[in-house]
Amino acid sequence: MPQTYRPDTAAQVAELMAWAVAEATPLSLRGQDTKAALGRATNTSHVLDLSALTGIIDYAPNELVLTAQAGTSLTDVQAALDEAGQMLAFEPPDWRALLGRPNGPNDPPGTLGGLIACNLAGPRRLSAGAARDHLLGVHGVTGRAEAVKSGGRVVKNVTGFDLSKLMAGSFGTLMALTELSLRVVPRPETARTVLVLGTGEHAAMEVMSHGLRSPHEVSGAAFLPELVAADSEVAAVRECGRAVVALRIEGPEPSVAWRSEALRNELSGWGPTESLDGADSAALWTEVRDVRLLMTPPEAQIWRLSVAPMAGAAVVRTLEDHAPGALLGWYYDWGGGLVWLALAPTDHAHAAAVRQAIALHGGGHATLVRADPAVRAHVAVFQPQPSALAALSRRVKESFDPKGLLNPGRMGEGR
Amino acid sequence: MRMPEPDAKTIARRARIARDLRRIVPGDGVIVDEDGLRAYECDGLSAYRQPPLIVALPSTTEQVSRVLRYCHENAVKIVPRGAGTSLSGGALPLADAVTLGLGKFNRILDIDLANRCVVAQPGVTNLAITQAVQAEGFYYAPDPSSQIACSIGGNVAENAGGVHCLKYGLTTNNLLGLEMVLMTGEVLRLGGKHLDAGDYDLMGVITGSEGLLGVITEVTVRILRAPETARVVLMGFPDNESAAATVAAIIAAGIIPAGLEMMDRPAIHAAEDFVHADYPLDVEALLICELDGPEAEVTHRIEQVESLARHHGVKTLRVSASDAERALFWAGRKAAFPAVGRISPDYYCMDGTIPRHALPTVLSRMAAMASHYGLRVANVFHAGDGNLHPLILFDANTPGELERAEQFGADILKLCVEVGGVLTGEHGVGVEKRDLMGEMFSEIDLMQQQRLKCAFDPGQLLNPGKVFPTLHRCAELGQMRMSGGSMPFPEIPRF
Repeated sequence: MPQTYRPDTAAQVAELMAWAVAEATPLSLRGQDTKAALGRATNTSHVLDLSALTGIIDYAPNELVLTAQAGTSLTDVQAALDEAGQMLAFEPPDWRALLGRPNGPNDPPGTLGGLIACNLAGPRRLSAGAARDHLLGVHGVTGRAEAVKSGGRVVKNVTGFDLSKLMAGSFGTLMALTELSLRVVPRPETARTVLVLGTGEHAAMEVMSHGLRSPHEVSGAAFLPELVAADSEVAAVRECGRAVVALRIEGPEPSVAWRSEALRNELSGWGPTESLDGADSAALWTEVRDVRLLMTPPEAQIWRLSVAPMAGAAVVRTLEDHAPGALLGWYYDWGGGLVWLALAPTDHAHAAAVRQAIALHGGGHATLVRADPAVRAHVAVFQPQPSALAALSRRVKESFDPKGLLNPGRMGEGR
Repeated sequence: MRMPEPDAKTIARRARIARDLRRIVPGDGVIVDEDGLRAYECDGLSAYRQPPLIVALPSTTEQVSRVLRYCHENAVKIVPRGAGTSLSGGALPLADAVTLGLGKFNRILDIDLANRCVVAQPGVTNLAITQAVQAEGFYYAPDPSSQIACSIGGNVAENAGGVHCLKYGLTTNNLLGLEMVLMTGEVLRLGGKHLDAGDYDLMGVITGSEGLLGVITEVTVRILRAPETARVVLMGFPDNESAAATVAAIIAAGIIPAGLEMMDRPAIHAAEDFVHADYPLDVEALLICELDGPEAEVTHRIEQVESLARHHGVKTLRVSASDAERALFWAGRKAAFPAVGRISPDYYCMDGTIPRHALPTVLSRMAAMASHYGLRVANVFHAGDGNLHPLILFDANTPGELERAEQFGADILKLCVEVGGVLTGEHGVGVEKRDLMGEMFSEIDLMQQQRLKCAFDPGQLLNPGKVFPTLHRCAELGQMRMSGGSMPFPEIPRF
């Protein structure tokens, strides 16, 4: 069993790192252990558990900023935001079910630090930005055992290099985060979802693009092929027997009513339209966000692709041609730019075919979100970089963690 | 303001360097004559001037790459320059550095409405991007007040903001892709038309790096559909406190205005005298609140804002009835800097950000400082996001006034940090706030930032003397330090 250390102050984290530096002992970083299966597995004999660094340090809703220790549970963050009628605009997803972790109402949902370290974002990414866009400042301890801070607690800040951005999506390979400041925003008063039924894949890209180019401020744009729509929890989606384009409108009630009606009129030429309110609308976007629409079969390998929005359907078509029979299910978020794929499991996870399809259609990146650890050990989980960029990324890693002590190998060889 | 000691050997090699650069950048792209260099001797922070060693104006990424590789191999420093509108001296030349101007990169390469993005060369102005797509009903959201002149490459280098940041973000939140050249000449592409570049967010850290990490040669930005309606509520208040309370109440009500600006009495009067925006003159503070979106929403929000303002004792309140009137209400705010320029021989523009709740405290302490230094100050303020622009009025021809203004400015920025804010919200550190970095960051914080620079530019040849008050060599920064020891680098030069 690995030895686990669970410091409860930032100073203790720094002390522990100093020891790790002195002993050249690599550490695996962990919060509530909800996303350990994301990225490559780290196999260290020592674990740095940050889940005892808890507590909201400062939250004044009128400042639109929340500061908390990195190990603070998302349950506590959510409760504080709910009370003030605010939210994290990037719509943090819950991938516990996807990654095979316990996900009942009383199971831990993950920590704020883990969410940021993985730079996860949900459907509102396309209008509100990713986790990184809402991260204003960080405190953490580098692989040099130095406590470093960057950014601040205000939205507008260009003082010094924006190291905070680097922390988002670094999977704990640069610093052990101890404190985070995030921008928060008011929760929209209402939301409604316009559905366009029965379009083909390419037409769906057009419909979403039309919606996103309209003045109606669409804050979610997804396309569920017929087979995926049939798995929805929402009856109107599940039972329509057709593929579904979903466009979300949020804001004050009179505005939402007017905009969703206008959008339905504008899109009526593409197919029959429907409208989802309240709980149905929320349920649909939750299952899109959390990838609950690709739960079966459980052994499927899951890829997450980010491409130019209009290229989404073409990438899938190319993949169907290049890896016939591999595709078990797929759907699109972010107006077509986020493609979720469920593929029949193989040793190579069809990585070459997936990445070739992306390259053929203007580029982007593919992440192998779910596969056996053995597959993730030899298939690049994250998009491989061209050599000059990969060398730069390694130098960036070394600038924070020259001995490679923080989450070694989590993002790839040497990182 | 001390800059790094110029390297006499590089200056002695000037003719040879110019000859070599001419082989890379043909025609009129290498400037060495005194008159030609003088055009580049300062940026928007014109109190500081220094003619560059040489100016090179490449027109292709290949040329930029070869110039940088040459300078890397020959240990020649580079100062990148966009349109030269920096207010913090980010493009201030060095006597021993080549100023690399990107002005010839002035083409828009791709307008992709279906994917809602524009690909542009770095020398394209901020406003030109909006102009290229506005006929189709789109715009580029960040709108620094220099948008008519400043370049999109410079916007990336400085992470430029503007009056619409609160709702639409800064440059970093509107950027999809970059092509950039490292000091070694290596060309990198980050991101593209897709969201999130993946891996370490290098694009995020390059944005706002003030030309210290690389030279940007292509930019992909997202464009937004122009809102159906935009209207401005112009509100005059009897004191700063009631204006600040109204700002807090608007945010507390869940409203994120497209713009929320505040001006104090001196700024109101200067602007009104200059552009006749029909501002009320018998008030102490003015709020300009723009609501945008669908008509139904804007109408609803304006009713909410009016009600909140009345509750907090607004003295005068008008809602723009037409786009012309909306433009007029903005005209005074947008002309505030030149307006202040008319009432004072010189002015010094500051740029701190504070938590909104600290505004009344900061304004009253600033007034006390103004009387201490015997200088006037006019305030314009991005109230929605807490970004202050105090304009200190002075006369550079009066001996000692420039120094007094700078000291006053430094005190304001220290105050911003003291109340939980930061030194610069959108203008950058440059040379102007370089020596104040220690107010906000520890030596360890700054050394980690410099280590990141070393990962990009190990010879520290890109824009040296900016952002960091103390220069450490990369080899020294790379060493592991034992905790508990004293600072081991007493020999490092400070400048």
